[in-house]
Amino acid sequence: MLYVVIFFFLVSIYIYCLLGGADFGAGIIELGEKRKFKERTRHLVSDAMAPIWEANHMWLIIAVVILFNAFPLVYTTLLVSLSIPLILMLIGIILRGTAFTFRHYDAIKDSSQELYSKVFEYSSLIVPFFFGLVVGSIVSGNIVTNPSSFYEGYVNPWLNLFSISTGIFVASLFSFIASVFLTSEISDKSILNGFILKSKKSIVAAVAGGLLVFISSIIDNVHFSESFFGNYLSIGLMLIATACLPLLWKTLEKGSKWISRILVGAQLLFILGAFYIVYFPTLVIIRNGSSLTFYNSAAPEITINYLGWALIVGSLIIFPALFYLLRVFKTEKKSAAGKL
Amino acid sequence: MDNLFAARSTMAISLAFHIIFACIGMTMPFLMVISNWLWIKRKDEIYLQLTKAWSKGVAIFFAIGAVSGTVLSFELGLLWPDFMKYAGAIIGMPFSWEGTAFFVEAICIGLFLYGWNRLNPYVHWISGLLVGISGVLSGIFVVCANAWMNAPAGFDWVNGKAININPVAAMFNPAWLSQSSHMIIAAFIATSFAVAGLHAILLLKNKNNLLHKRALIIALSFGSIFAILQPLSGDHSAKDVAKRQPIKLAAMEGHFITEKGAGLTIGGIPDIKTETTNFGIKIPKLLSFLAYGNFNAEVKGLSDFPKNNWPPILPVHFGFQIMVGIGFLLAFVGVLFWILFWKWKDKITVNWFLKLAAICTPLGFIAVEAGWIVTEVGRQPWIIYNIMKTLDAVTPVPYQVVHLILFLIVYLLLSIMAVWLMSRQIKVLDNFRDLKRS
Repeated sequence: MLYVVIFFFLVSIYIYCLLGGADFGAGIIELGEKRKFKERTRHLVSDAMAPIWEANHMWLIIAVVILFNAFPLVYTTLLVSLSIPLILMLIGIILRGTAFTFRHYDAIKDSSQELYSKVFEYSSLIVPFFFGLVVGSIVSGNIVTNPSSFYEGYVNPWLNLFSISTGIFVASLFSFIASVFLTSEISDKSILNGFILKSKKSIVAAVAGGLLVFISSIIDNVHFSESFFGNYLSIGLMLIATACLPLLWKTLEKGSKWISRILVGAQLLFILGAFYIVYFPTLVIIRNGSSLTFYNSAAPEITINYLGWALIVGSLIIFPALFYLLRVFKTEKKSAAGKL
Repeated sequence: MDNLFAARSTMAISLAFHIIFACIGMTMPFLMVISNWLWIKRKDEIYLQLTKAWSKGVAIFFAIGAVSGTVLSFELGLLWPDFMKYAGAIIGMPFSWEGTAFFVEAICIGLFLYGWNRLNPYVHWISGLLVGISGVLSGIFVVCANAWMNAPAGFDWVNGKAININPVAAMFNPAWLSQSSHMIIAAFIATSFAVAGLHAILLLKNKNNLLHKRALIIALSFGSIFAILQPLSGDHSAKDVAKRQPIKLAAMEGHFITEKGAGLTIGGIPDIKTETTNFGIKIPKLLSFLAYGNFNAEVKGLSDFPKNNWPPILPVHFGFQIMVGIGFLLAFVGVLFWILFWKWKDKITVNWFLKLAAICTPLGFIAVEAGWIVTEVGRQPWIIYNIMKTLDAVTPVPYQVVHLILFLIVYLLLSIMAVWLMSRQIKVLDNFRDLKRS
């Protein structure tokens, strides 16, 4: 049953990065859009995200609940050591969800629309950054369980080059996912090429971000690059993910929506897999050299069993419902959802 | 400001903020489903307009509720890591069920809000109904977790550790039914009366507006049923508390001295120094009867318990009196509604009744907040009753006051936005209807 729980935890993180990541990335793309195309891109993003964003962000809650239910020590360790970036991330999550909804549902469409858009766009940038910052901090080896100072306990764990690079990488990765998803939403051929170009730009940014992660791991003395390049599976997955790129440009140009979406989903899986295989089953690396793993932080067997069953039964309900939702809103030619 | 007080305040404002939107999220789907059904069956366009008008408000409140709920799942650990270290494995199960229920809710609300033109009308209607059902379920599950804090079960606490964990016994602890039923009913009452009050205010401005009239009737029909049931649920809850947390009951009642055949004090101002409650209306023997079913039962007084384990008496007592007072008032208005509706049907919208409904607008929510103060503050100094104290659970991270101020600002901002957006939606709705008529 522990493997069931581990599986669902990793799947939740993956799906959150894919679907929730696409939502965040869409805001980043809106932010980076040229002034003359802003309105058009904003409409595209609103229509694409509106019916599904609430569901997409549930995966974060599922991952958090699995964490505090099945691996409570990991949950509490992270929420104490990384409380500052997590609080900032939460504020970003609040601002983003509400700004997006207010933009859509404000009955009067006046100058407040610009304010909602700005809040949505900037918070869409900072949340993935802090999310990546937290992920990087987890393995950067600076987490201390008995700190002797405020800085050592609650700032140093995340204020380092490696964590910051991971934050930048995650933001660029999410932009890439979003650009592919958005491109697949477009039915107007004349603007298709502009969006394909965006996706090419964002993959360059993501690759640069990835390189930054590797370089900073060497500078910061984080045991990441050597493990990664010493692991054939990691290298192999990364190569496959890269090989998918030319395929992806083709399917986007052809307008094969679902194949493009599945391809980028696969790429994300390979990329995340490539990175995490290096660490599995570690969840948190503590500075004194010890680490919290799935195995040594697991809750008692009975808790794991009940959670495992809850996840299995829950997924039998949720996955079909989610597929239905996506089918209803993502299988028509026009990108406008049935609005009120 | 000391860290414990800041942490408590942060948790309190996060919960107090979230609960309003959770109540709306649990109730509005049912009101919309009723008006949607009437549209499907009677083909009267006013019901369609009403459902859509309500949906626009709901979308906003739902989003705020969802993000504030996300915050809470983190705040549990950000503020009370030593609680979650132990409680996570014990009481995590209802949270996982709540996650599933809320997930279904999020999916279905996407279908309901955006699927008008894409779904078969009956499928669309069912998606709305599912939002309500899954919302209520997630509310029940999460309250089970809170109930566990008051009635810890499903583990043995040995040498500062939890062993022999039984998640099922923990989730279905002795308080789960009374607490969750009381909360769901409260959510229905608070939202329905607020909605009814809002439409009553709009009706006072525009007497013949059919949309507002129908809205008022749907909201009050729904809410009044639960308002009438709530005193029974309250009695169930109070008897429960009397059995399991006698000190909480004593604080609620301002009852200082252990007494057989204890009287019920309505109102009153507790004086901690003299350990008396003054200025209340005392009904002899009634407290013993209500709490234990026996006019001569012994009701423990606060002085029977060590003073350092007393909860803050004043907020618990006043919260309780306010909640019960409002509860009975709304029950009365509920009964009044049914009598008048049975006699006058549509003519119920006379000025004095509309004004009464308008006054009731915020009362249900005030009662909800008062009730939560009673149960949460009344449990102090415990975070897990008789097992772990709140001060032993708080985060070691300093400067919690910064955390508090940040979220205070965010919640204040969102509250202002919610009110402002509502006023704009109402303005547009009324302009639209005026245009239609002219």
